[in-house]
Amino acid sequence: MTQRTVEHQHPLSARSSVPRGRLARTALTAGFVLSVIVVVTVPLYGAYAATGTSAGTLETLAKWAPLILLGFGLNLLMSFIAMGIGTVAGVGLGIAQVSQVSWVRRAAWAATEMFRNTPTLILLFMAMFLLPFELRFGDLVIALPPWLKAILGFSLSMMAYVSEIVRGGLQSIPTTQWEAAEALAFTRRDTLRLVIIPQCFKQIMITSTPLASILGVHEGLTITRSAISAEGQPELLAPFYLFLLALFFVYSYPISLWTLRLERRYAIKH
Amino acid sequence: MTDASTLPIVRIVDVHKSFGLVPVLQGVSLDIARGEVACIIGPSGSGKSTLLRCINALVPIDQGSILIENEEINTPSLDKLTLRRKVGMVFQQYNLFPHRTALQNVMMAPIHVLKQDKASVETRARALLKKVRLEGKEDSFPGELSGGQQQRVAIARSLAMNPKVMLFDEVTAALDPETVKEVLVTIRELAEEGMTCVLVTHEMGFAREVGNHVYFTDKGKIVEHGPPAEFFANASHPRTREFLNQIL
Repeated sequence: MTQRTVEHQHPLSARSSVPRGRLARTALTAGFVLSVIVVVTVPLYGAYAATGTSAGTLETLAKWAPLILLGFGLNLLMSFIAMGIGTVAGVGLGIAQVSQVSWVRRAAWAATEMFRNTPTLILLFMAMFLLPFELRFGDLVIALPPWLKAILGFSLSMMAYVSEIVRGGLQSIPTTQWEAAEALAFTRRDTLRLVIIPQCFKQIMITSTPLASILGVHEGLTITRSAISAEGQPELLAPFYLFLLALFFVYSYPISLWTLRLERRYAIKH
Repeated sequence: MTDASTLPIVRIVDVHKSFGLVPVLQGVSLDIARGEVACIIGPSGSGKSTLLRCINALVPIDQGSILIENEEINTPSLDKLTLRRKVGMVFQQYNLFPHRTALQNVMMAPIHVLKQDKASVETRARALLKKVRLEGKEDSFPGELSGGQQQRVAIARSLAMNPKVMLFDEVTAALDPETVKEVLVTIRELAEEGMTCVLVTHEMGFAREVGNHVYFTDKGKIVEHGPPAEFFANASHPRTREFLNQIL
């Protein structure tokens, strides 16, 4: 009786003597420390490089930093909410894309294609200008403030991307897996839940996490630009944008680390 | 009770099936008695595997009748899930669930389909793995097992549903010669315990030794059939003789 013990290891986890959990935590901590250093030093360096008289620039940056940070925070909040809504709706839509009922499948496909191929900016404008400022159901009035509309706009885009990723993931599983589950009398729902989705979970997670960083860019950028033009000092350009860059780095670096960790955790043995 | 046990457990009457314009089954009829081991042999493309897949409704038939324990399966009102609890199937490529261990593969269907108690399912699953001689491999993932071991897990997984009939679709075709034997030994033991088995196979030796009845299919029809001793000695149809000459 031959026993083939094949260890499929991710090239990035070659340092296998260190337990995976600890390795990931160490990397994460190191990343954060690095990021904080970058956040602090880069603008300072930028300020020196740009003017030589650092005091004035730094003061200006310090004056505007809270607002930029607020804008950035708003950014994050909005993108997280949009990601939440978009992911939930997208998973549903993605599963609907492989439905056995043809009209459900087609409708889901059409919705996905429409929102995926429309630029996010257009979706955002549509949400902003086509949705009313409030919804009335008899006596019930639901206000739709601009930030909510923006979240809806982002969610539609996110939903369409997630839908497509989920569909691709589901269809990447060989039909023999469906057949095996079918022959064991699994319902279609159980087949998806217990057999198909767990196998493509890894792929779905890995492809969808970088999306999170794409959706977070707008608000902070706008405020930074306004701040620079309000001050009217072109030499502020470099330090302000470097500051923003550093902020985004702090935001997206953990996401990419997390993606790597997921990739390792869900490396399925075949 | 005596009535039910004397009736054939699988009765196939004049079954026709086409894939698009290609006819695959053109009027197949056969009866399989309870506890019988039926072997279906024939050249590739003759419809053997399709016939097997029709028995558990993985492939719907165009015309004809298939009765499992006297229940018609060629009807729109068929409850496929009930049927598949009675009819287990093992595939050529094992088709184990790669994200679950051997033990979990065996336990999944009884827990989620039959809604049985987890603890008792686990006891039974361990016993089944022991029965197919895979004691100690309970926690291995399919990717860590050899082909023969995976195929035996697949057999245990199917048995866990307590089927009345087991279908084997060229289950040794993907294995290397050494591991073919361990799988065949397992099937032989099942047959000896009285399990009704329908095998599509190229293992003529196995068909001769373990089979009760051999069916030869060609171009979607059963050309010739009989008990193995008779069949292998006196096959008379020219197509059967040609096939047997090539393979033996």
